[in-house]
Amino acid sequence: MPIDILMPALSPTMEEGKLAKWLKKEGDQVKAGDIIAEIETDKATMEVEAVDEGILAKILVADGTENVAVNTPIAVIAADGEDVSAAAAVDPATINPTAPQAAAAPSKQDEAAPAAESPAASVPASVPAQAKAYDASSEFPAGAEVGMQTVREALRDAMAEEMRRDGDVFVMGEEVAEYQGAYKVTQGLLQEFGPKRVIDTPITEHGFAGIGVGAALSGLRPIVEFMTFNFAMQAIDQIINSAAKTLYMSGGQMGAPIVFRGPNGAAARVGAQHSHDYAAWYSNVPGLKVVMPYSASDAKGLLKSAIRDPNPVIFLENEILYGRSFEVPKGDDFLIPIGKAKVVRPGTDVTIVSFGIGMTYALGAAEALAKEGIEAEVIDLRTIRPMDIETVVASVQKTNRCVAVEEGFPQSGVTAEIGMKIMEAAFDYLDAPVARVTGKDVPMPYAANLEKLALPNIGEVVAAAKAVCYRA
Amino acid sequence: MAVAARKSKAPAQPKAAARPAKATPASSNIATFTREEDLHAYREMLLIRRFEEKAGQMYGMGLIGGFCHLYIGQEAVVIGMQMASKDGDQVITGYRDHGHMLACGMESRGVMAELTGRRGGYSRGKGGSMHMFSREKNFYGGHGIVGAQVSLGTGLAFADWYRGDNTVSMTYFGDGAANQGQVYESFNMAKLWKLPVVFVIENNRYAMGTAVNRASAQTDFSKRGVSFGIPGEQVDGMDVRAVREAGLRAIEHARSGKGPYILEMQTYRYRGHSMSDPAKYRSKDEVQRMREEHDPIEQVRARLVRDFKIGEDDLKAIDAKVREIVNDAAEFATHDPEPDPSELFTDILLEPAQG
Repeated sequence: MPIDILMPALSPTMEEGKLAKWLKKEGDQVKAGDIIAEIETDKATMEVEAVDEGILAKILVADGTENVAVNTPIAVIAADGEDVSAAAAVDPATINPTAPQAAAAPSKQDEAAPAAESPAASVPASVPAQAKAYDASSEFPAGAEVGMQTVREALRDAMAEEMRRDGDVFVMGEEVAEYQGAYKVTQGLLQEFGPKRVIDTPITEHGFAGIGVGAALSGLRPIVEFMTFNFAMQAIDQIINSAAKTLYMSGGQMGAPIVFRGPNGAAARVGAQHSHDYAAWYSNVPGLKVVMPYSASDAKGLLKSAIRDPNPVIFLENEILYGRSFEVPKGDDFLIPIGKAKVVRPGTDVTIVSFGIGMTYALGAAEALAKEGIEAEVIDLRTIRPMDIETVVASVQKTNRCVAVEEGFPQSGVTAEIGMKIMEAAFDYLDAPVARVTGKDVPMPYAANLEKLALPNIGEVVAAAKAVCYRA
Repeated sequence: MAVAARKSKAPAQPKAAARPAKATPASSNIATFTREEDLHAYREMLLIRRFEEKAGQMYGMGLIGGFCHLYIGQEAVVIGMQMASKDGDQVITGYRDHGHMLACGMESRGVMAELTGRRGGYSRGKGGSMHMFSREKNFYGGHGIVGAQVSLGTGLAFADWYRGDNTVSMTYFGDGAANQGQVYESFNMAKLWKLPVVFVIENNRYAMGTAVNRASAQTDFSKRGVSFGIPGEQVDGMDVRAVREAGLRAIEHARSGKGPYILEMQTYRYRGHSMSDPAKYRSKDEVQRMREEHDPIEQVRARLVRDFKIGEDDLKAIDAKVREIVNDAAEFATHDPEPDPSELFTDILLEPAQG
């Protein structure tokens, strides 16, 4: 069978081009890889290579022809041993370019599919009319002994328990082993688990994040500690492009069960480069889970779930919260599910939703509001992605008002997302627009007074709550 | 018909002692291949060559979209390395990855169908040319971010070390990626922790359109690990025997617990950086000279005829068989349906195990 050579496309967008020059003539022997012609578009000149061997039996489109459509037969190659004259006699009109048709079919589908098949992004009815709040009341195991613990200790215990449970779990990062953790979160782990499982890295975030992801792709369960998430900016390519996307790009073959954890957001007086809250950044990325606990029990239960999770989890801690004490149930099997918010203070008049250290403002405001006769329902989101908006909506359906609080920047922030989601799901229930209290839209200043101004405070939350309640 | 490329297996070969850095290519001293080894290398390299030619053709027909980087000219690198490796060793590379997948024994059909974005592709059409994986064949991608695979490959070696399973990570990257910062972060940790990784730098002389000497202060890539104490050598990457021999040395070094090893494979890509690259940054003569004087496949073919008296008919039979595999793959990849629209929302997260 003679083989027809088609006008090639130089790029996915090319539709036609000029056949500039033939470098072989009819009757020439060609083999695969030989350059036989040059074609031009407004952007580039390209060479056409023979993809088969044989004899260039017939040139169908002459030198210098303009506007040759992609996939038009431009020449015929007679296969080895074939009668050249027979091949040359083939009428171009009878050459059936089957491949182009096959190629064209899917692109038509491409255009049709999204409209017809994909679930629309913003269907108002995606949350049931009467939303159901997640019930966190039975999270503490019945009858379990409860003790006071700092967030720091709870995080440490979570790692230690999971490392005892699964030999594939290890922790790596700067100063996690011999120094016992820059913030002492990994205290004692080296002594119990040894240097193979508690690994001090050089100061090399991009490199060790990538090594962690590689180990996770291979099936291990790394906990990668960043001394702060500010430094994870050096590694964010590996977190997003390698950890978050590989499962999808591999058609489900290759997940990355890895936890990236460390302090995030503002500490105190450490300036703009050490105070950034990245919750919104990571929560923008499909393929990641993003957890940001407030209490010690949530820190412990969620970190244990994160370590057992088969997906990459961004676990955002806070330096100021490390030393705060909370009730934590004793025992190795205390897990908090990722993706569930918690109503931490019931109320009827306004919903205040926050997460992480933002909860200190939310809870403080609720207390202050109570003194003025406003009962705020306070929700700790706990997980930013996937976001348990249903618990928030259930509350808003009751209170009809909402204030969202975060330390992060306002534009494209987590509270912006919360406000939008409430509008999509519970617009008709709102008696006032959703209000938000965020960090100010400035790099974090160093001066004590300016830093204080840059962060949210209880007064701002109280004022916002009163405003949505139309109270002075 | 079912057609499968097999994993390249090297018949046992006496191991050469690890040499210190700096060994210039010296083809005359290279251990010769047996008839079977040469036949194996010929078949495997030809499969990559024909597969890539077909991919180029299908790109031209609009069946393959986006970016498509062909491996034509560099075949001896991955085939020689696979002939030096053992089952269980991992392979990871950048975006010029079709050859590596075939060399790892991945099916031509699955690779080609991924190129055309069809459901029978290795990533069910969701990865494309640059993002393909096979856990079964220990192929870890297929990565589109230049240099990212170097840290990831070092991580694979970390897992090998952690598990103590005596396997080695073959981490491939190009002369362009060799200038990325994370490469040196990875070199440092690989050596510090003595991880079993062979860094295979495929120096094809051009990082996209930039010649090596315009981008690299040190163009001898075998020396890039010197400050970490990582041994390295330059290898004639167009000679599959030289590649296999250096590969055996490097892999033995890594497997025996001595840590990483760098192989700079001096190779050449015949095609542009990607399909839309007219390659105006180099002369036609340069390309032609490489093809005529150094073609990795022609070298083996000449040996088969001269040293092993393989007849033209036998070679033609091999060619026909390879062509059949590639044509079958192209046929499959052309007619396999696109992914079901429901696939849009699958494989984003895995379900956690209960308990």
